[in-house]
Amino acid sequence: MNDDIRKTLAEEIVNIAPEADVAAADPDADLRESFDLDSMDFLNLIIALHKRLGIDIPEADYARLSSLNAAITYLTERRKPG
Amino acid sequence: MPSLGADMEAGTLVEWLKKPGDAVSRGEIIAVVETQKGAIEIEVFENGIIGEILVQPGTKVPVGQPLAQITVVGETGKAPAPAAVAPARTAIMEGTRAPGPPVAPAAPAVTAGVRRLASPAARKLAAERGIDLASLSGSGPGGAVISTDIAAVSKRPPASRKPGLDLAEMRKAIGAAMARSKREIPHYYLGTSIDLSRTMAFLERTNADRPPDRRVMIGAVLIKTVALALRRASAFNGFFRDGAFVPSKAIHVGVAIALRGGGLVAPAIHDADGLSLDDLMAATRDLVERSRAGRLRGSEMMDPTITLTSLGDRGVDSVVGVIFPPQVAIVGFGRPAVRPWVVGGRVEPRQILQASLAADHRVSDGHAGALFLADIDRMLQEPDKL
Repeated sequence: MNDDIRKTLAEEIVNIAPEADVAAADPDADLRESFDLDSMDFLNLIIALHKRLGIDIPEADYARLSSLNAAITYLTERRKPG
Repeated sequence: MPSLGADMEAGTLVEWLKKPGDAVSRGEIIAVVETQKGAIEIEVFENGIIGEILVQPGTKVPVGQPLAQITVVGETGKAPAPAAVAPARTAIMEGTRAPGPPVAPAAPAVTAGVRRLASPAARKLAAERGIDLASLSGSGPGGAVISTDIAAVSKRPPASRKPGLDLAEMRKAIGAAMARSKREIPHYYLGTSIDLSRTMAFLERTNADRPPDRRVMIGAVLIKTVALALRRASAFNGFFRDGAFVPSKAIHVGVAIALRGGGLVAPAIHDADGLSLDDLMAATRDLVERSRAGRLRGSEMMDPTITLTSLGDRGVDSVVGVIFPPQVAIVGFGRPAVRPWVVGGRVEPRQILQASLAADHRVSDGHAGALFLADIDRMLQEPDKL
């Protein structure tokens, strides 16, 4: 489950930032700084994750996707039924 | 060859998307030109029929040189007066740079038919991967090379940067435009702090029930605010050319977009004052995508009547811009940040935005600039009216 989210997240980051080396990045570092995502890039990432994983990500929760690890934790939580 | 920026001297015709005899309508994309700022799609500014192609792909020509002849619709007779494709527009934009009648290039003409048939996608891919189209056999209609033909001969991943964008060249172009700006334009600078709390609350309400792809970002609100404020501040919207300021009735906001890996473009959102926040959001997204893919249009490069620069929600508190000639003003927004703010005699946490204006003293004074910034502030206190 978790792997699936991790893989999707990595793929969508590369779609937005083609030069990103997700595997080599510090999973606890600031996500947007690590991959140089501006606010439009970040919104596009949220859109892509919403579409591919079917997870609703309200704007108020954006801060919870602060690093790769935080994002995986959050997305895994949100996907749990109920 | 249209002038696609203040310091563009020449461009390379990369591809014709139309051939002699094709009917074209105003605004249609007819060719791709490579400039220091990457590949730009060139639109036609007349309704008509393409006549003779005067410049073949791969040829670098100076600004002002006709690229093709076009017979304007509505003209009758057997000897239609040819109109130059792009320079007509250039003449309007540049004022003094009126081109003469189209002249065929002195270089020996290359027969258009010799050119390899290929789909635009294949052409792009081939250029990216450095593959000579002539060396391939095409499997498309009429033997045209299509993208799968390219993929078949190359397993190399596409270059991360689009073809034609040479960062060193772009840096030169930016440097030349900014040096000219600092040399010629007597800038003055103003700054103000704007309480953005009401606007942020408005966005929170607006976006709460929306799926991510329909959410509005603060950037769209700022573009709209600047555009609306310009309706009453004509001294900041237009061009300074040949010693005089020509205000523009239309409000085309140039939006500074950083390119991944370096470099900067500031293409126009046309008639931004008349667009809804949703329209502006869509327009911004489209511009960012096409800026990075190298598919901006000539009009987007030529038309901005003012520029807006914002370094987004990360980074710095304030930004003060350098005017992009021949424009006369640039508005800068820093990062909104929560600050202690005095409201009604009490200190409260508020979202504060640093706004700046750099403007041309040949055209306006600080007083007018202050009113313009105050107007932007006032509108951001009533976001429901935007």
